[in-house]
Amino acid sequence: MRRVLALLLLLALPALAADRPPRSGLDYATPGVRAMQADDFANPGMLWVQEGLALWDRPGGMGGTSCASCHGRIEGFAGIAYPRRDPRDPDKLMNLETRIEKCRLDNMGAPPYGYESRELVALTAAVRHQARGRPVAVVEDADAIAAGEKEFRQRRGALDLACAQCHEANAGKKLRDETISEGQTNGFPAYRLRWQGVGSLHRRFQVCNQAVAAEPYPLGSQEYIALEWYLAKRGAGLLVETPAVRQ
Amino acid sequence: MAMKVMVSVPATARKGDAVEIKAMAMHPMENGLRRDNDGKVIPRFILRKFECRYNGELVVDCDWHTAISANPYLSFFVKAVDSGKIEFAWTDDNGAVERHTATIAVT
Repeated sequence: MRRVLALLLLLALPALAADRPPRSGLDYATPGVRAMQADDFANPGMLWVQEGLALWDRPGGMGGTSCASCHGRIEGFAGIAYPRRDPRDPDKLMNLETRIEKCRLDNMGAPPYGYESRELVALTAAVRHQARGRPVAVVEDADAIAAGEKEFRQRRGALDLACAQCHEANAGKKLRDETISEGQTNGFPAYRLRWQGVGSLHRRFQVCNQAVAAEPYPLGSQEYIALEWYLAKRGAGLLVETPAVRQ
Repeated sequence: MAMKVMVSVPATARKGDAVEIKAMAMHPMENGLRRDNDGKVIPRFILRKFECRYNGELVVDCDWHTAISANPYLSFFVKAVDSGKIEFAWTDDNGAVERHTATIAVT
């Protein structure tokens, strides 16, 4: 009987964890990192945002079009929510990065930048930065979010670990010298001290996959976009911090 | 490669006050000691000089070497003596110079 009770308690634990309000990675960061993020002139991520703002207006397409020629001011994008489904092909999930690349190819007639290129990272950071201080906007889509949650709970790699085992069950504890965060995504694209630059969320996913000795999915893959979708939903209520500073 | 730089200079200051100036440049600061996947040395590419002039007078002059971090950030104080221009210049290993000018009104 006692064993059954213990099992029930164990089963109840994830549910309890889910009831806590989400905490941004900022809460788990060291004071030095927090100070860097708080000051726009000490936050190196702002360099990428500045570059992204310049790219927004830079003509690159056929007929000299830029993002601004169709979309106007970048400030108008403060409320956008990604990932979402491709309206023309609802089976396909798109995040902001793949959407921008598609827009360049289909609508601008410009070559895509490449997923982790400095330009695309800068442009996505600039667009996401417009929403800084607002709650993360999520498109409701039960199927996509469920697919993402499956990725989140899937054990993988030689260490046979799922995202949830560190970032849900053990958030706040130490992994060697570092505090495990909840793995929230509200700061991305983020400046990572270890990268000495701003990187996308999918690059961060790859690092996490490699850390458990799993083969990472490609940047911009459907699996990662579904995971990104679920994580946005999971962090509902958090404020956008882009460009965040993380260790 | 045109660099991105950011500086922070207060728009106004009282005469005699120490004002904080912040300057950051986007730069990989490749130290010349690393090797690529083929074992070839990645050539050194750093910002080797930083200068700040206040109305033409040199107030900060730095020679940087390989230990300076990527995207170097510098913060320092100058005494507000007169309204005018504060000029910044970063020089890289290829001799390219990135300049930025800010103005300050001293009352």
